[in-house]
Amino acid sequence: MDVAHFTPLSALVGGALIGLSAVLLWILNGRVAGIAGIVGQLLRPAPGDAAWRAAFVVGLVAGGVLVAALHPASFGLPPGGRGTLLVGGVLVGFGTRLGNGCTSGHGLCGVSRLSPRSIVATMIFMAVGMATVFVVRHVGGAP
Amino acid sequence: MSAAKTIVGFGCGLLFAVGLGLSGMTQPSKVLGFLDVAGGAWDPSLAFVMLGGMATIALVRRFGPTKPLFEHAYPTLARLPIDRPLVLGAALFGLGWGLVGYCPGPAVVALGGRVPGAGFFCASAGMGMAIFEVVRRAFYRNET
Repeated sequence: MDVAHFTPLSALVGGALIGLSAVLLWILNGRVAGIAGIVGQLLRPAPGDAAWRAAFVVGLVAGGVLVAALHPASFGLPPGGRGTLLVGGVLVGFGTRLGNGCTSGHGLCGVSRLSPRSIVATMIFMAVGMATVFVVRHVGGAP
Repeated sequence: MSAAKTIVGFGCGLLFAVGLGLSGMTQPSKVLGFLDVAGGAWDPSLAFVMLGGMATIALVRRFGPTKPLFEHAYPTLARLPIDRPLVLGAALFGLGWGLVGYCPGPAVVALGGRVPGAGFFCASAGMGMAIFEVVRRAFYRNET
């Protein structure tokens, strides 16, 4: 285990804030806080349903500005060059829409309400993510 | 009530972003360290993110109101079967996540933090979502 980088407390508190955001969106707007869904459905918005989605995305970006100002060490560079970012980005965008959810929609909200679909989806993207890291780091020869 | 819903959207996005930043999800190296179970230096922190989030959701779900404040009712979340699009989509997402270490939320937050490469990743993910819309229209013509 990587004891040097293990940060259980900030992870727990950060997770609680994410959960609080999801809960507030549910009990105030009656919507699930799945980021891929919130962003993706902006591409084909239902009437009266686009403004809060756009505002949520603006809030995410503004939050990034805030975090960068208060604690820039919260950010790190993604690995790889443009090719990796392009392929990874397209896969993340396409896959989350096809599978109807991402880490937040399936992994957090869906698993919390014990949705069988979300539990299966979460197990699959975790397993494939782990397999991908294994191949890239330990089979491909990259550090 | 549209203005209220918009304000809620912004506030929840902001809170979500701060939570992601604090949790470590905006550091691809930390995400990949969590996914690297076989590397001998596994970082289990992100399991605690899930734990914190789920505990909060479970707690509020128990005592939450019976209808949302700015909507007439909660949506009935469709009980769809575990089908091929779900399995294939989750697998493709896992592949991209494992390559870069960004899932959608942290990528958008990193865009706001002006992290080099984050904007390019978000544009690529947007392209993937747009490709999905084209594919959907080609295959599911009857869906609204």
